[in-house]
Amino acid sequence: MIPHVPLSDYLWLSAAMFVIGLVGFLIRRNPLTMLMSIELMWNAGNLVFAAFARDFGDMSGQIFAFIVITVAAAEAAIALAIVVMVFRRRPDVDVDDISVLRG
Amino acid sequence: MTALFWICAAVIVLSALAVVTSRHPVHSVVGLIVNFAALAVLFLTLSAEFLAMIQIIVYAGAILVLFLFVVALLTAGSDPVERTPNRLPEQAGQAVIAGLVALGFIAFGVRADWGAHAAGVPSDLGTIGDFGVQLLTTHVFAFESTAFVLLVAIVGVVMMAARREVRR
Repeated sequence: MIPHVPLSDYLWLSAAMFVIGLVGFLIRRNPLTMLMSIELMWNAGNLVFAAFARDFGDMSGQIFAFIVITVAAAEAAIALAIVVMVFRRRPDVDVDDISVLRG
Repeated sequence: MTALFWICAAVIVLSALAVVTSRHPVHSVVGLIVNFAALAVLFLTLSAEFLAMIQIIVYAGAILVLFLFVVALLTAGSDPVERTPNRLPEQAGQAVIAGLVALGFIAFGVRADWGAHAAGVPSDLGTIGDFGVQLLTTHVFAFESTAFVLLVAIVGVVMMAARREVRR
C-alpha cells in the first residue's frame, strides 16, 4: 500500500492557489491576467474535488471536476471574445478604461 | 509519493505567483502552463487518470492556446500594457487583506472534521472506463447540461462576432 498524502495537505495547497488567484484578480488591471487569475481559482476548486473523490472513494467528485473544466472553457471563450471586442481599437489594455457603464 | 507531492506543490505555488506578478501577459500564460502540468501530476497521484489527461489536453492545450492568440492579437509589438500609476493605488493593500480573510474562511473548512473516510481506494477509481460509465449513467443529466452550456457559449460568441460585422 502506497502511503498517501493526507487530504488536508491537498486542501491547503488548493487554498494557497485560490488565494493567489483571488489577490491576483484584485491587484491586476490587465484583463488577460485577471482572466488567468480566474483560471487559477477554477483549478484550485478542481483540486479539492479530486482530493475529496479519492478520500471518499467516490467518482462523483471527479465527474464534477470534469464539468467544471467544461464550464471554464466556455467562460474563457466568452470572456476572451468580450476582451477582444472591447480592446481592439484602444492603445492601452487596462480595465480601468471600461467605464461605459459608469462603474 | 510524498516527495512528489511536495515538489508539485512548490511548482504550483511558484508558478501561480509568476502568473500573478509577471508584467507581460505572455509570461503569465507560460506560468499557467507550468502550473497546469504540475496540477495534472497531482491528479495522477489522486488516481484521477482521466482528469489528468483532460487537464493537459483541454486546459494546457485548448484554453491556453486561446489565451495566447488573444495576447498576440492585443499586445503584439507593444510594451507591457498595464498602466502605471494605477488609478486605484490603495487597492493592493485591500486585496491582500481580502485574500487573508478568504484564507481564514477556507482554513475553517480545511480544519473541519469531514467524517468517515473510505477505508481504501477502489482499484478502478478514476480509470477511463469507470469515468465513462459514471458519466453516462449516474451523472448523465449533468453531462447533457454541459453540452447545453457549450452550445450557449458558441451562440453567444457567434452573436458578438456577427454584430461587429454588421456595424462595419
